[in-house]
Amino acid sequence: MTSALQISDLTLSLGGHEILSGVSATIDEGEFIGIFGPNGAGKTTLVRCIIGTLQPTRGQIEILGVTPGQASLQIGYMPQGHGGFDSTALSARTLVEAACHGDRWGIPWTSRESKQEVDRVLEVTDAAHYAHRPFSVLSGGERQRVMLAQALLGSPRILVLDEPLASLDPKNQALLIECVARVKRLTQTTILFVAHDMNPLLQVMDRVLYMAGGGAVLGKLDDVVTTASLSRLYGFAIEVVRVENRVFVVSAEGNVTESECDHHHHD
Amino acid sequence: MTSLANYLGYEFVQNALIAGTLAAILGAIVGYFVIIRNAGFAAHALAHIGFAGAAGAAILGLSSLEGMLLLTVGSGLFMGAAGDKVHRNDLAIGMVLSMSLGLGTLFLSLYSGFAGQAKAILFGNIFGVSGSQIMEMIVLSLLSMAGLAIFSRKLLFASTQPRLAEARGLSLPALSMAFMTVLAISVTLASQIVGILLVFTLVIAPAGIALRLCRSFWRGILISVALGVTAVWIGILMDCVTGYPATFWITALFFVLYIIVEAYVRFVAKSDR
Repeated sequence: MTSALQISDLTLSLGGHEILSGVSATIDEGEFIGIFGPNGAGKTTLVRCIIGTLQPTRGQIEILGVTPGQASLQIGYMPQGHGGFDSTALSARTLVEAACHGDRWGIPWTSRESKQEVDRVLEVTDAAHYAHRPFSVLSGGERQRVMLAQALLGSPRILVLDEPLASLDPKNQALLIECVARVKRLTQTTILFVAHDMNPLLQVMDRVLYMAGGGAVLGKLDDVVTTASLSRLYGFAIEVVRVENRVFVVSAEGNVTESECDHHHHD
Repeated sequence: MTSLANYLGYEFVQNALIAGTLAAILGAIVGYFVIIRNAGFAAHALAHIGFAGAAGAAILGLSSLEGMLLLTVGSGLFMGAAGDKVHRNDLAIGMVLSMSLGLGTLFLSLYSGFAGQAKAILFGNIFGVSGSQIMEMIVLSLLSMAGLAIFSRKLLFASTQPRLAEARGLSLPALSMAFMTVLAISVTLASQIVGILLVFTLVIAPAGIALRLCRSFWRGILISVALGVTAVWIGILMDCVTGYPATFWITALFFVLYIIVEAYVRFVAKSDR
């Protein structure tokens, strides 16, 4: 069986600065992978490499046995943040329709099949009942469910979600995670879920890709997020603290590097 | 009303209406993309760049339309290529704009005969459109519309969700250059009617108002075109009747409409949103 994602000896540089070096990982189809790490660990850089907008400096990424460019229709992508449209009345639905086969030539005509596909994805993320409203007036949680719906167009086999929980309150975080978990359960879609805090995902993810210090480790939460494993990855003393089924990654000096209340947005 | 019907019998009024309609339709459609791409500054700059083109054309013996087209399309391509980050190319636009205005000044000083024509180019001369100019305008409108018919689907996607579009394999710089070419053509056309200083009226106003109101793409385009064409017709006819310039009537109409729409969106439609 081909794996969903095969990363071999991947090295990535941006502007002469090495972000990742020698990262290898194999992710199977249907896995829910949480991708974590401190700011600047290269999470978004890795995402850009997976969706094919950034070329590796060395090594390679294979998606479903082919290059990221060839697999682009098999990947549903939800970028970090969403701006603009504040001065327009464009509805959420119009934005999703524009994304549906938006890579084709011609005029932006939405065929009946496309309309049905847009209806379907909006239903899946529970966004159908407000999709007629202008995107600019939606709440953060509502916007994120529209962006998730968009990523589901064409039923991709891999979903790449870049910090979809950023700036959402716990209730909306839970709603979004429930949507993603449902998609995974129903369609065996592989999920790559980048997040700042791992606690909201503890119940739904199968494995963890933890990135820090230019490297990354992939494995079960209990094997990867440990004091020994993360100290090795960071290159200095790290402590993993568990409190009532919550996990906190703390540097030995006592600064929390990952925490529930640490959701500042960065891009 | 009989006097209005009389005016419609004059060829220069008919030409004005035809040329105005063409410029309004193209401006309204291209303007829609200008608004969602936040490219208002580029549209503004291209119009002013056209001035240098027109001034240079006088020296080279080209028509001012040809001179404007040459320089605006060239600058549009440059701006598109320099600003691959959709919304972050203000510096590139500013540099091309100031260079062009500098050239315009030089050309004006080299060829003093142009000074009289300059006013027409800056403020428009809607009743001075000739039959051959209308033919040129029809050809250019058709070319621009054909271009949009080919790539507007990609353009809409790339304009609303650049990062998603990139991940789907669309080239943002290539689309940007293609769009800037079409924008350059429509800005040049619009400036034939309302003049360089007021191109905003036809390229920004109808689409901006339509996008404030309309939630779907096609309704937005339709409303934008309807607003543009209606305003141009009313403006031209009011010019005939009152003697005050059409450009004034067109801009005044749009401004009043803008105030009404803005008030409606802020105070009336708010509860529904």
